[in-house]
Amino acid sequence: MTMNRRGVVMTLFLITVALLPIALVDQPFYIGLFSRAMILSIAAVSLNLLLGYGNMISFGHAVYIGIGAYTVGIFAYYEIYDGFIQWPVGLAISAVVALIFGAISLRTRGVYFIMITLALAQMLYFLGVSIDEYGADDGLVIDVRSEFAGLIDLEEGIAFYYVIFFFLLLTIFIVHRLTNSRFGVVVRGAKSNEVRLRALGFSVYQYKLTAFVIAGVICGLAGLLLGNFTNFVNPDMMHWTRSGELIFMVVLGGLGSLFGPVLGAFVFLLLEEILSDLTIHWQIIFGPFLIAVVLFMRGGIDSLLGKSTDD
Amino acid sequence: MIEPMLKVTGLVKSFGGLIATNDVNIDVAPDEVHAVIGPNGAGKTTFIAQIAGDLRPDTGTIQFAGSDITRLATPKRARLGLARSFQITSIFRDVTVEDNVAMAVQAHDGHSFRFWREARRDPQLRDPARAVLKQVGLDHRCDVVAGELAHGEQRQLELAMAIATGPAMLLLDEPMAGMGAEESARMVDLLRSLKGNVAILLVEHDMDAVFALADRITVLVRGRAIATGEPHEIRDDDEVRKAYLGEDD
Ligand SMILES: Nc1ncnc2c1ncn2[C@@H]1O[C@H](COP(=O)(O)OP(=O)(O)OP(=O)(O)O)[C@@H](O)[C@H]1O
Ligand SMILES: [Mg+2]
Repeated sequence: MTMNRRGVVMTLFLITVALLPIALVDQPFYIGLFSRAMILSIAAVSLNLLLGYGNMISFGHAVYIGIGAYTVGIFAYYEIYDGFIQWPVGLAISAVVALIFGAISLRTRGVYFIMITLALAQMLYFLGVSIDEYGADDGLVIDVRSEFAGLIDLEEGIAFYYVIFFFLLLTIFIVHRLTNSRFGVVVRGAKSNEVRLRALGFSVYQYKLTAFVIAGVICGLAGLLLGNFTNFVNPDMMHWTRSGELIFMVVLGGLGSLFGPVLGAFVFLLLEEILSDLTIHWQIIFGPFLIAVVLFMRGGIDSLLGKSTDD
Repeated sequence: MIEPMLKVTGLVKSFGGLIATNDVNIDVAPDEVHAVIGPNGAGKTTFIAQIAGDLRPDTGTIQFAGSDITRLATPKRARLGLARSFQITSIFRDVTVEDNVAMAVQAHDGHSFRFWREARRDPQLRDPARAVLKQVGLDHRCDVVAGELAHGEQRQLELAMAIATGPAMLLLDEPMAGMGAEESARMVDLLRSLKGNVAILLVEHDMDAVFALADRITVLVRGRAIATGEPHEIRDDDEVRKAYLGEDD
């Protein structure tokens, strides 16, 4: 792989993220901010698989963050802290929900697809709101983070940081392989010309559904991490506005680019942090900024790094 | 007589009050070029779309390679060996010419639930793709982004994609549309080279091409097949002249 500008920037970026805890040993605030940004990066990269590669505009992706986080929360509520139980269950539920939601929504197109993914996600949001046992609106406090038989201690901020970093790298690597595989060729083809794809002999629905499930599972992972990280879960995590934020991260970073969503998530969170320090009306600045990016910077931040290639 | 590759019986399709396909019967032998001609709006594309699976007929049956495919989804028909080109060029404009053809090869190389190996470096896809591009005379354009090809080349590419699926039958909807005389001639040569190895249903307005290639011709007028026969029979058919060739003598 030859190093173009994009490669250099991304390598520097990842090295910076990798070294941050060493450079800022006693700055838990920044370590926390970056942890969060990495977790949302994982979610954004998974959403990009749908949005950027497959042209499936899912407006309910945050639901899988909620599923992951609630899995940790509910297990913790029953005092089951074993990550080897919590995590596989969280990923499995994400897969099943994505399979059901995908099977329903992928039968529709365009605006209908957007509306149905949104409506299905809101159903789970309202489910969360209505279950008093699990705190309803207020959600659950996760007093003990997932335990992994003493192999790694997530209560340790820096150890957790590197766990998240590892999963971010893993996610990027997996999505990279996926999008360049035969499977990825079909998913991308569906974005470009679905009619032609079907005429060639691809049963497009099955491939899209599979992509939908994979994206759901990866985002479920982000939810498992986020629940642990915030020590807390509530229905708000899967509210449709959260899904909208994920979409913004992807668009801001660059649809259909491997690293774009990571940059998008980081810039999104950093800006939110900086602007909300300046004024409580930060959204008045943030909103127009996002609109400007969408209108004037097609291809997002990624497009600043030169002509897009496949990786 | 050998079994026909395609046998369409009593096909009817209407859009509201308009009967776009009106009780059409057609068969195409495995080694035949069967042309379908007719004036604009006669229902040729609608007919092709029903065979390909993009439109459901109201009544009638479609048999392909001995099995009834009337209710089969488009991709399954394609995997049985039915390949098509569209009247309005349909390619993947944002990837290279070779990528386009490689996708056609991939469609017929087992399932694509293969998540790990890089497809663009898979000789099992790339080698056949290049061979087909050579066959249609586009091999010097392999690495060009398909959307940047000239119109005529895009038509050639679309045919290359159809051929690359290794079809038993080609459904071609005006493959020469918008082509210059020289390009048309090359397309005719190409189709002639395929003739005999694959059944071809050819919809075309270019009468020189039709008479040069077709073994039989069916004339479609307002959804009805008013005549079927060998080229010389069609040329001499009074009703056809009146209805379509427009020769009032
Ligand atoms: N989806 C549709 N809904 C309604 N009417 C349609 C539809 N598709 C085609 N038609 C009508 O059916 C008739 C046949 O159309 P079709 O496109 O099959 O003709 P054609 O023979 O391919 O014409 P051309 O030579 O212009 O390509 C036309 O009158 C057309 O307007
Ligand atoms: Mg037509």
